[in-house]
Parts: sequence; structure tokens; C-alpha cells
Amino acid sequence: MQTKRTIFGNRVLPYALLLPQLAITCVFFLWPAGQAFRQSFLREDAFGFKTEFVWFENYGKLFVDPQYHNSLWVTVVFSIGVAVLSLVTALVLALAVERTLRTARAYTTLLVWPYAVAPAVAGILWWFLFNPTIGILPYALDMVGYDWNHRNSRVDAMILVIVAASWKQISYNFLFFVAGLAAIPHSLVEAAAIDGAGPLKRFFTIIFPMLSPTTFFLLVVNIVYAMFDTFAVIHATTEGGPAQSTNILVYKVFEDGFIGLNLGSSAAQSVVLMVIVVALTVIQFRWIERRVQY
Amino acid sequence: MTRTFLLAATATIALPLSAQAQTKVEWWHAMGGELGTKLEEIVAGYNASQDEYEVVPVYKGTYPETMTGAIAAFRAGQQPHIVQVYEVGTGTMMAAEGAIYPVYQLMEDAGAEFNPDDYLSAVVGYYTDTDGNMLSMPFNSSTPIVYYNKDVFEKAGLDPEKAPETWAEVEEFSKKIMESGAASCGFTSGWVSWVQLENFSAWHNQPIGTLENGFGGISSELTVNGPVQVKHWENMKRWQDEGIFRYGGPVGGDDAAPMFYAQDCAMYMNSSASRAGVVANATDFEVGYGMLPYYDDVEGAPQNSIIGGATLWVLAGHEDEEYKGVADFFTYLSSAEVQADWHQFSGYLPITEAAFELGKSQGYYDKNPGTDVSIRQITLNAPTENSKGLRFGNYVQVRSVIDEEFEALMSGDKSAQEALDALVERGNALIRDFEDSNS
Repeated sequence: MQTKRTIFGNRVLPYALLLPQLAITCVFFLWPAGQAFRQSFLREDAFGFKTEFVWFENYGKLFVDPQYHNSLWVTVVFSIGVAVLSLVTALVLALAVERTLRTARAYTTLLVWPYAVAPAVAGILWWFLFNPTIGILPYALDMVGYDWNHRNSRVDAMILVIVAASWKQISYNFLFFVAGLAAIPHSLVEAAAIDGAGPLKRFFTIIFPMLSPTTFFLLVVNIVYAMFDTFAVIHATTEGGPAQSTNILVYKVFEDGFIGLNLGSSAAQSVVLMVIVVALTVIQFRWIERRVQY
Repeated sequence: MTRTFLLAATATIALPLSAQAQTKVEWWHAMGGELGTKLEEIVAGYNASQDEYEVVPVYKGTYPETMTGAIAAFRAGQQPHIVQVYEVGTGTMMAAEGAIYPVYQLMEDAGAEFNPDDYLSAVVGYYTDTDGNMLSMPFNSSTPIVYYNKDVFEKAGLDPEKAPETWAEVEEFSKKIMESGAASCGFTSGWVSWVQLENFSAWHNQPIGTLENGFGGISSELTVNGPVQVKHWENMKRWQDEGIFRYGGPVGGDDAAPMFYAQDCAMYMNSSASRAGVVANATDFEVGYGMLPYYDDVEGAPQNSIIGGATLWVLAGHEDEEYKGVADFFTYLSSAEVQADWHQFSGYLPITEAAFELGKSQGYYDKNPGTDVSIRQITLNAPTENSKGLRFGNYVQVRSVIDEEFEALMSGDKSAQEALDALVERGNALIRDFEDSNS
């Protein structure tokens, strides 16, 4: 009885405890989101002298704009690229660490390090490594006959941003995979081994299916990461170029709004992004968490 | 009566610690590194020269960051008195009539000594309205020139004292240099949009857009897809394929300078204000300076080049007393001594005739050969309506379009004609957007 009273007795306390979080959500999310929503229906000069309500004109222009279609396509390629590369690499590393006995801890620590690096710093780092003029990787690639130049080549530029964005995400995925692997009962794997299943067979019939909840969770997290958290990587490496070939949606919002001062279009783009985030979140909670079974 | 009011006002406003009631003038700028240090030195010089006003310089990051920061501040009623805006932002600033305090009017209202004729017309022309009134105060203006590696020229059997004059010579010299093995590439370029399209057009007296390159109104259109520009871009692509030209990236072209410093490319086209950087980095070789090359079969070439860089805009919404301080500071800033010092330090153009003359009498140009190339180039001929400058709305985005279409040309996705046609079409759509939101 007494415990119940301390929890439900005070009607104000729960709200008071929630208040800081609610205030932060209002100030840093609801309010700006509302502003963006409002702005997306306006046409305005940079200084805000002439404001005109244009209904859906900003959206209409956006959906017929070939640059926007390009940006959508680029985002799809980029997100899938980042998700696949970082998931596969992380899984391989996690499996490798699981097989080592004495040094597993040391490896785990080392592999988690990149996660502590800020995206902008990671971007600069890869920019240096891949710089066509002063970078060491183009120099090495040149020796095997590949002329690396992400200033000219769309493919090179895309590879660069995918690698730069995946790098730190590998650490994150790795941690989840290590935890996922540890949760698989050893008895199952051992039983399969006794029945004569080789390492590959065991991986594909037991380990991988049992990891699928982790994998699907990470897939969504990685796609969200690639779509919304990689601004700094793009900004520090290609700035969306060459010829918009790495101009992902988030970067385009920034470029059109903050550099180009085209506020209406930029706001409309961020509303579209907001819809995408909501959709991805719904998928994660409603669909994946229910359907994934093993 | 007035006096007591003033005293009371001062007492309420002044912070307890500041004994002197100096009027503060805030200046947001985008000069980092050595240029920023020099700028602060100039401001310190002004503050020490009198005790009525205090100019407070605030570094706000890159040009776009400074400009958008000032605009956001204006919308919030927190704008600085002075903001440094790059030349492509001119159209936006000019259209914002209620936000800016035109410099000619400011100087007049403040009763400051100000004679527009003292200023170099090739510099201030870019920032005057159609009636010839100066709207902003030029601070750092530059124009693109050619830097070349004298040692490489000599190794290739070329005259190290002779810069290429025409594009045919650029090609010829480059081939010789590459064949002799003196360097692996002929030339590279910073600011492709500014150097290889805008200045290229002005230098060949070709229109960049209608209505006097946009000076005549915001309903102008781009016309850079003419035969002369198409020919040049075709050549650029061919030169890239042959290894004569190497692309250094969009916007400023971050990768261009290192190619020149590392002696990979023998020639480098970029702003005259890159001089300090070039001199500091060209430690293993002698640098020569030349004017931009031209096609000798184009009538009217070479005309004169146009400027880039930034000017100081005064924002509206402050007290008269503070604007007096701004006017006083501008007078100091355009004095021959300050201008000559800034110009000689940075490679930016002097904004007044007097500063140029002062440099001559100091023997600066004799001691530092090549430093006057930029001035001789912008004043080569009286500007025509094609070579006065350019002024289009949304031009920041148009510049990105230029870079993108040039990249499409370089990667072989488009021919020169296709790239320039697409550039004009996309650029005009942006200019129409600007017209719609400003009329």
C-alpha cells in the first residue's frame, strides 16, 4: 500500500519529472518542426520582408525537380551502401573476435574506438586519405593502375562517402553483433558440430538466423544513420559533388536553405524528411519487432 | 535638457566597468587566418587613432556563414552594424532595400568626407546602382591572374620571363612542358565558375547575361552559352583528356593550389589574393605572374577582367550616433595608407587611386614584380556593359550550378554545348525564383 501511495499519490510530481524532457522536446523539436512546416507553405525573400502564402507550390516544384529526384536516388544508393558495408564488416569482425579466446577483450576495445570519433573528424580523415593530390590511397591505387579522382568521378565520390560514413558505424554494429553472438546458446552450435556441420553450415543455419532480430534492428538504425546523421561526413568530404552525385537529402536541405537562402523549398524538403523518419520509425516498431522470428 | 537626457541615457546603457562612453560598432567578417589577424590589426589601428568609437570585429566563419548569420540576426533584430558579404551575395543584399543602409547615403547623412571619384571604377562599379551610387564599401576585391613556375618553364626550354598570353600559347607551352618531363600537367585553376566562365566572358567582352549582366534589373537572364564560351569549355574538356588541364574541385578548387605547389602543374589560375599563399608555399621554385590568357581570334579580347571578393554592407536599424562611427571608420579604412598596406599584404586590389599611387611612390611594384598585374588587368580597357561585373539573384546557387555543369562536362556526361545550355536553363530558373520572391 505504502509503495503505491508514493508512486500515485502526488498528481503533480510525475509531470514535474517529465517537464525537463517535455520542454526540451518542445523547444528543440516541436517548435522548429512547426516553423519548418509553416515555412514550407511560404515564399519569402532572405530577409523576410516579403512573405507570400503559396499553398503547395514549394512541394509541387520539389517533386518535379530532377535535382530532387537525383538526390532521392543518391540517398537510396548511399543508405543501402552504408548499411550493407557496415553490417557485413561488423558481422565478420564480430565472428572473428568470437573465435579468439585470450585477446577478445583487447580487440573489442580497439574496434569500438572509431565510434568515439565525431563524424566531421572522420570525414576530414578520409578526405586526407583519399585526396587525389596529397592522399596516400590514390597514390597506392595509382600503382595498381587505378586513377582515383573523386572530384571528377561520381563512382569514386560515392565510394568515398560510403566508406567514410560506414567506418564509425562499424563499431556500433560490431558491439551489437558481439552481444547477439554471446546470447546464442553454445549447446546448439556444439550439437550441430557433433552432427557434422562445418563452420559455414553452422553459421548459415544456426548463427545467422538467430542473429536476425539484431540484424534487422541494426539495418533500420543504419539506414536512419545514413540518411540523417551523415551531414558532417558529406560536408567534410565532397560537399555533395561532383555534379550532385553525393548530394543526399539532408545535405540538400542545408545547401538550399543555408547557402542558397531558398527557405521555402528547404523547409518543404525537411518536412518530407520528417515524414520519412516517421515512416522508418513506424516500420521499426510495428513491423520488424513483430515479424522477426526464428 | 538634451544634455541631461543624454547623461541619463549613457548612465543606463553603459556597463559599470566601461569608464569611457565609447560608441560600439560591430563588424562581422569572414577573414580567417593571416588575413583575419591583419584585419584585427587595422581595426586596432583605428580604435587607437580616436576615442569616440570602438569597432569590434567578430569572425563569423566562411562567407556563406557570415552572410546567412547576418541575415538570421537581422530577422531576430540582432544585426551587426557592418557585415562583410562576398560578391555573389550582392544581388540578395541589394534587393533587401529595407535592410541595408547604402554607403553613399550613410556618408552623406554623417557628413563624412566622401568622393566617389577617388575610388577605382573597376572595383566600385560592381557595387553601384544604375545611377552610379555606391551601395557598399569595397574591402577585399581581387581578380584572377596566372601564376606560373619559372623553373619548370626553363627546364622545358621556354622563356621563364614570358607568361603565356593566349590560350593557344597555354596549350603549346603545356605540351612542351609535358613532353620535356618538366612537369606532368600544364595548368590548373581555382574558382572555375569565376575564372573560366565569368571572367572568361568579361575578358572576351562576351555578355554573361541580359540587361547589362543583370545590373539593369532582376528580370535578367543568363546568356553564357554563346559560341566563345562553348569553344573554351570544349577546349577545357579536351585539355583535361590530354592531361594538359587538371580540375581542382568545385567552388574555390581546394585541390588546385597543391598541384601547383607540388610542381605537378606548371601554371595556376586563381585570385590575385592567392599571392601570399603562393609565395609562402612556392619554396622550391620561382613564381612568375601573368594576365589571363585570351583567344586572339575573338574580337575585343582582351577587354578587362572583373573582380571578386567581398564588400562591407551597412545594415539598417541602429542609432544615428553609431552610424557616424561607421562612416568615420569607413573614411579611415579607405585612406591611402590603410589601403596600400592591406593591398600589399594580401594581394587584394587597392580600392582607391591614391592607394595605388602611394604603392608606386613607395617603389613597391618595382621591388615585387608581378604584384601590379591584377590592377593593370582590371584597368586594361574602360569596362563595357559586358565587363563591368555581374549581378543576378540567387547567384550563390547559380555558382553551384556552374560547378555542377562543369563537372558534368569533365566527367564526359555532357558536351560543352549541352552543359552550358543546361547551365543557362537551370540558372535562369533560379533567377526567376528570386524575381518571384522579391517583387
